[in-house]
Amino acid sequence: MPSAGVVIVGAGHGGFQLAASLRQNGFDGGITLIGDEPHLPYQRPPLSKDYLDGKIGLDLLLMRPAAFFDEHRIELAMGVSVGALDRAARAVVLSDGKRLPYDHLVLATGARNRVPPLPGVELDGVVYLRNLAETEALKERLVAAEHAVVIGAGFIGLEFAAIARAKGKHVHVVELTERVMGRVVCPQSSAYFAAAHRQTGVEFSFGVRVERLAGEGGKVNHVVLDDGRSLPADLVLISIGVVPNEGLAAASGLAVDNGVVVNEELLTADNNISAIGDCASFPSRHSQRNPVRLEAVQNAADHARCVANRLVGKPHAYEALPWFWSEQGALRLQIAGLTTGFQDVVLRGNYEGGEYSAFCYAGDRLLGIESINKPADHAFARRLLAAGRGVTPQQAADESFDLRAAAMARG
Amino acid sequence: MPRVTYVSHDGNSTTLDVPLGTSVMQAAVLQGLDGIVAECGGSCMCATCHVFVREDQLSRLPEMELGEDAMLDGTASPRRPNSRLSCQLVMTPAMDGLVVDMPETQT
Repeated sequence: MPSAGVVIVGAGHGGFQLAASLRQNGFDGGITLIGDEPHLPYQRPPLSKDYLDGKIGLDLLLMRPAAFFDEHRIELAMGVSVGALDRAARAVVLSDGKRLPYDHLVLATGARNRVPPLPGVELDGVVYLRNLAETEALKERLVAAEHAVVIGAGFIGLEFAAIARAKGKHVHVVELTERVMGRVVCPQSSAYFAAAHRQTGVEFSFGVRVERLAGEGGKVNHVVLDDGRSLPADLVLISIGVVPNEGLAAASGLAVDNGVVVNEELLTADNNISAIGDCASFPSRHSQRNPVRLEAVQNAADHARCVANRLVGKPHAYEALPWFWSEQGALRLQIAGLTTGFQDVVLRGNYEGGEYSAFCYAGDRLLGIESINKPADHAFARRLLAAGRGVTPQQAADESFDLRAAAMARG
Repeated sequence: MPRVTYVSHDGNSTTLDVPLGTSVMQAAVLQGLDGIVAECGGSCMCATCHVFVREDQLSRLPEMELGEDAMLDGTASPRRPNSRLSCQLVMTPAMDGLVVDMPETQT
């Protein structure tokens, strides 16, 4: 067991969970949690949901109260960034030049907003939605905004669109591809979600590129598209995804390839350094051990638990089933498994009525299940996929097939 | 202020003040109690705030909605007739004195 302690770079879901799980596992060494934001560790998913909507305050956003960290002897270094890793000396070099030695280092550095190389991107009124500071700024602007343009129709863009529309704003979503959430859901679900958002008054433009953001007096007022249109905008949300924070690892000579490269146990090539969460590229059991990098709370927290087990002498391969969720107005989307590369989709339930699941297959192999306003299916999906049990396309299509019994079966 | 007693799997009990309108999950997390994970933050999406309610107190709780009922089928520790998701148990005066047992594991 390490004696000088574990240093965790990044105080998001993964970093926080690692610290908490180490103590839960009885780890007795030092734990230092370094985060570059000034706040206590907080939850991100509500930022684009209840927090932006004003339904919950900062108190309910925090992972744990300040006293928790004292009681569990977790040293917090908030508002501090790491400038470099000194692997030979097993130390991190903080941005203020201070050095912090480690026995084991965990990179939980997350990801950052992808910023498009667009003219006008620096204009006032162009915003992002990833951390608390960005959300505060957006929340304030949203009050007076009239025309919001959302660039990118992923989870964040659509969650924002639903909230802004419900507040009576004009909302126009611009998407480069032909459908919403194209990276994560099947075409049928994209169609369902786009139609549902349209019904509330959200406008969409697909297959168009933003040419530039236009403004006056330093403030954005239009989004100019490559088809010649110019959309009025006093608020522009850029939500075109994120890029992993892998710079520290790369600069210290660790392999990076769309994330910090780790093995099945989430360990880098350096035995004293692990990487978890959004920044880690790992061979998932649920992707035939092909490397994946996932942006999800579940992934970050389960990665953390896996590493916490290893650090108290109980190593095991990371096996957890990936799952994801999004809330967009009245729509609840829950996804179990990794559906990338699916060839066939079987719909089950009431698609037109918006209570259905999409079973995604490669051949006869069930990759994952998307459930829309159908939480029971999602609960069953998680059980089935975690146990490595399949449901054939014929069974999925058969409404009389007992999914519950299949999921709850033991063994 | 109404109070709730949380009993961990190994039998340790902690009694917390839970303000009206706050969920049994939120109170536990805000006060740093181990045993309730609440990975999704209280959206009824993850089933990691599972608790067992004492049988004679079940009738004092808000009725279970379909979403909670569904997600309870996905809990890590097996569901029982007295299972609830604590994120859905928003405190009312009738719930004062509630005792909840926490399962062996939430994940």
